[in-house]
Amino acid sequence: MLGQTGQFFVLLGLAAAAAGAVTGFGAGATRSATGWLWARRFAYLFSFSMLMANVVMVYALLTHDFSVRYVAQVGSLASPAYITFVSLWSSLEGSILFWGFILGGYVAAATWLNGEENPSTMPWAVGTWLAVATFFCFLLAGPANAFLPAPVPVPLDGPGPNPLLQNHILMVVHPPTLYLGYVGMTIPFGIGVGALFAGRLEASQLVPLRRWLLVSWGFLTVGITLGGWWAYEVLGWGGYWAWDPVENASLLPWLTATAALHAALLPHRRGALKGWTVTLVLASFLLTVLGTFMTRSGVFNSVHSFSQSDIGPTILVFLAIALVFSVVLLALRIDKLEGEGAVTSPVSRESAFLLNNLLFVALTFTVLVGTTFPLLAEAFKGVKLSVGEPYFNRMAVPIGVAILFLMGVGPALPWGQASGERVRSQVVPPLVVGLVTAGLVVAFGFREPWSVLALGCAGFAGAVTLREMFAPVTAQARASAAAGGAGGVGGWFAVMPRALAASHRRTGGYIVHAGIIAMIVGIATSSAYSVDAELRLAKGECKPFEDYDVCFLEARFVKESHRTMSIADMRVTRGSDVDLVSPALATYPRMGTPIGSPDVRTTPGYDLYVSVLSLDPEAVAVHIFQKPLVVWIWLGCAIAGLGTTLSLVPARMMRGFVASPAVAASPVAEVAGK
Amino acid sequence: MNGKAATVGISASGKLWTLGVLAVAAGALTWLAVGDLGENLVYYWSPTEMVAQKEKALTATIRLGGLVEPGSLQPDGQTLRFRVTDGTTTVPVITSEVPPQMFREGIGVVVEGTVDASGQFTSSRMMVKHDNEYRAPEGGDQPSEAAMFGTLDEG
Repeated sequence: MLGQTGQFFVLLGLAAAAAGAVTGFGAGATRSATGWLWARRFAYLFSFSMLMANVVMVYALLTHDFSVRYVAQVGSLASPAYITFVSLWSSLEGSILFWGFILGGYVAAATWLNGEENPSTMPWAVGTWLAVATFFCFLLAGPANAFLPAPVPVPLDGPGPNPLLQNHILMVVHPPTLYLGYVGMTIPFGIGVGALFAGRLEASQLVPLRRWLLVSWGFLTVGITLGGWWAYEVLGWGGYWAWDPVENASLLPWLTATAALHAALLPHRRGALKGWTVTLVLASFLLTVLGTFMTRSGVFNSVHSFSQSDIGPTILVFLAIALVFSVVLLALRIDKLEGEGAVTSPVSRESAFLLNNLLFVALTFTVLVGTTFPLLAEAFKGVKLSVGEPYFNRMAVPIGVAILFLMGVGPALPWGQASGERVRSQVVPPLVVGLVTAGLVVAFGFREPWSVLALGCAGFAGAVTLREMFAPVTAQARASAAAGGAGGVGGWFAVMPRALAASHRRTGGYIVHAGIIAMIVGIATSSAYSVDAELRLAKGECKPFEDYDVCFLEARFVKESHRTMSIADMRVTRGSDVDLVSPALATYPRMGTPIGSPDVRTTPGYDLYVSVLSLDPEAVAVHIFQKPLVVWIWLGCAIAGLGTTLSLVPARMMRGFVASPAVAASPVAEVAGK
Repeated sequence: MNGKAATVGISASGKLWTLGVLAVAAGALTWLAVGDLGENLVYYWSPTEMVAQKEKALTATIRLGGLVEPGSLQPDGQTLRFRVTDGTTTVPVITSEVPPQMFREGIGVVVEGTVDASGQFTSSRMMVKHDNEYRAPEGGDQPSEAAMFGTLDEG
């Protein structure tokens, strides 16, 4: 019964999306107001259908209705309720269903928020969103149907979801966050397609384009980092990123979206490079579809691939259609988008943005080559191979360091023409900070050239970021002191909240930069200066590791309802610090190999990471790591997430906070618009 | 179409220049990427396939997949010796890595490393096959090669 109800909503969603796509494109072409009204109605109907289909599935999961095949596959009477709830996205069909729900949410929100603006381009956008929705509903109705009946006789209990999902809380939040990032790219894609069809891209379109791109980018950033954090906390090899194809699949759209976010400022400020901005937006969407193919088709073997599924070819066909559509549309219409402005000066912020874009595209290209090469080799030559990490590191590190350097150069330069003197006064002081940083890390004992270079660039970019972030505060403090207000440090802090809030999008942007710099510092340091050892210890035995003394006390085997924990109790001593660590292996009945539960002791300076390789009552083998500054990767991501959120706060919500005579009379607007 | 070059943002000669620089940069990048790619490939071979590669196998990084031959396990201080077989060909393996928890005779294993001219394989990384498949593989007990590579677990 629930199965049929769910199927009904999927089919209703399919019908609404298909009808809305046709109506939307029709309304775009004919400028019919009635057509536009109906396209929006179909959009809401699609969103409603996806919501209901998901409600039905969650209800079926929570009531353990094993007559629905998906529930029989992932449900289990023994699972706690929250695990049962998140089983919604623990396997292929459910994850596509959840995907549809998120798409429905985005489409409804974007139609609601932006549906009244730009009547000449929005119908195209809604049509595009619903065309994408049609495809996902088609998947749900056919190859990835979650509501099919279970084989008769209906099972009395199920196996429960993937043990990896049950094992760690990060696995519960990582997938939906990443989906929010992936699916969100559909919205800017539609706006970009609308701009191409209508042949114009103006401020009224650029604002929603950038906002939705930023929403999606923020979720992607957090989702990717959560995935890395999960790998670090669970997989036990002491790392967070292995250039696994599926990791790369999520990085690719992030790279182009980052480029697009910067590119979108150029038409906004200078009226230039509209076509290029739209190209990057379209590419970001196509890369999310490629990523969907890589993660959902089972072509790659990784923790992300579900067992053999039939949806691979279908997604590939969709990718091909979307690619051909995008390329043809760009080829035919990009000329119409060329703007009134121009990038004239080689030494200006816009030139730095252009260079940044080229570097991001180059990085995307190298990662794409390394990621798809094994697929192509197997498809065309029947050779099974993979591309080793050194390829990615050798290509990505130099480009990444160059981008980090530009992160300092760009904001230091003014828009438009810059005089040589101005450039020197803006760039030289932070450059000195960068050189001093590099000198300090060398004095501290760092020798690996790329990490010294990266940290030096981080010092430079960090100095520029902080200076630019607080520039409005300094300007306003001066103005307020000149007007007879409190001067000095006290005055500076007094005006800070309002000055930052008055230009909150700009402030948010620099907070994001600060977060990314923190992440890069963490990545550069932890990958170059991590030390590790494999220790075999008998019960009661102690061995040294760096300046620690590591002892194996005893093994404990704890049986829980759904798993068995094999725990190694160990004592780690350094000087007078004594710490008890308990790394473990979790064995689930469905999974032959145990899942690790490394014990990670985090401090601001370094992590001590102990992972069990094998354990029996009399002996243990552990892999122990000391990794510097890892926590700054997670903190940096949180900072970047906060900055993104601040940038997205609507201006009118900020206005009440800012409204005060002192602020209104300040030169903040002038500084912010520099 | 008058003034089109100006609307692109860069003058016509500047545009040519830009395109030229971009083409050179793209070419250099492709050359670098493809060159580096070739040096960093990891081949997935069964013992029979690896032996069939002859000299090519000597310079390659290899992921060798097969079963740990029963009776072949010899712990030897800090190193471990065993043989990996696919039923037709058997390759001796030596490693100084600590084997993963599930490692035992008869289990499916993938070892990453290099092989020397005498046929001795030195492994720097070991992964055991495990069963996290959602649906039972069809056919007999012998896992297919694809299923074997598909269920790697970092060791």
